[in-house]
Amino acid sequence: MYSQGLIGADGRTVEDEEFLTRFQARIDDEQKIEPNDEMPEGYRRTLVRQIGQHAHSEIVGMLPEGNWVTRAPSLRRKASLLAKVQDEGGHGLYLYSAAETLGVSREQMTEELIDGTAKYSSIFNYPTLSWADIGTIGWLVDGAAIMNQIPLCRCSYGPYARAMIRICKEESFHQRQGYEIVMTLAQGSPAQKAMAQESLNRFWQPVLMMFGPPDGESRNTDQSVKWKIKRFTNDELRQKFVDATVPQAEYLGLTIPDPDLKWNEQRQGYDFGPIDWDEFWRVVKGNGPMNRERVAARRKAWDEGAWVREAALAHAAKRQAQAAE
Amino acid sequence: MSDDTRNQMPRNLMPLWEVFIRPRTGLAHSHVGSVHASDEVMAVQAARDVYTRRGEGVSIWVVPSASITASDPDQRDENFEPSASKAYRHPSFYDIPDDVGHM
Repeated sequence: MYSQGLIGADGRTVEDEEFLTRFQARIDDEQKIEPNDEMPEGYRRTLVRQIGQHAHSEIVGMLPEGNWVTRAPSLRRKASLLAKVQDEGGHGLYLYSAAETLGVSREQMTEELIDGTAKYSSIFNYPTLSWADIGTIGWLVDGAAIMNQIPLCRCSYGPYARAMIRICKEESFHQRQGYEIVMTLAQGSPAQKAMAQESLNRFWQPVLMMFGPPDGESRNTDQSVKWKIKRFTNDELRQKFVDATVPQAEYLGLTIPDPDLKWNEQRQGYDFGPIDWDEFWRVVKGNGPMNRERVAARRKAWDEGAWVREAALAHAAKRQAQAAE
Repeated sequence: MSDDTRNQMPRNLMPLWEVFIRPRTGLAHSHVGSVHASDEVMAVQAARDVYTRRGEGVSIWVVPSASITASDPDQRDENFEPSASKAYRHPSFYDIPDDVGHM
């Protein structure tokens, strides 16, 4: 999802200069590209990859949260969490639809997810160990997602941009419900506050990794920025996120787990310490704490739902045959 | 999000439906997106779940995506150029003195 969607993207393209210049002129003119318009193969391939990964992230993102639905501490929290999880499913569907306009089928994308070849955001390969994690996910994971997704509303590919507009409208509820959960814990008993702090400690670095590798190592960024698939670099978005989040943590009386974090008056932004990129690549390559469980859960859902899909199609065929008689 | 590419999908897959929603009475149904569903009953149900979670509408239409015929984007210029070159089709083409009043 988000900036990680470009990892491994292959922006190479084979069209002649004249075609590419004409296409670039449309992009530079801020014209949206629509499904039937001619487009470079590299542009199409980059989008299929990014939108597909984004869709998978929404779907897999339901799993860590679903873990707490039955154990939410009140009916109010349970109703909110269920609505949020349902939204994530909806977001996945908007995005799969957008990817399908590029000629890839839903079944193909699903198969790539459950056979482990498709990627999704590294953040969902971390477990949700406490109720506070549900708050932290809403506040920080959805907060980081919003930071990434707002510029995507102006993405040059029309169906993706339209899906992002819908998603961004709904995402704000997610972040607020998360912050409210963390706030309640932070203002509660010492044990509750400690639970919120412990959750923040575990999630802070993985959340910063959501924006993708540092600009120096992100070789796909240049072409994607030129094609206006991406509007800001990974590091720019990460910095914006840190600057927005630190005051929110201060309000809660929680400490960002980074001894190097300090305000830089000259830059008017926060300096922050190094990120463990070795851990990031381990998780991206399939060896995070939850990678195997997440893919196994999606595969189980797909396999166990097969009879429902088959029965629905058989029922439709029977009704069609009866109507024809 | 109708387009030719998707209409060419193999027949054995879950059919695709385009979803149109009327935001409130007095407004036309507008295209909002698409869903996969085995038949029209399931398609309306899925469209309700996916596209109307926050009071987005009061009525849903679903149409098989394969039933939509679209104009050819390569013929965009031939099809739509006349609307740009025929300025006399627009009221601002005609000079009416201010003294005449609003017209």
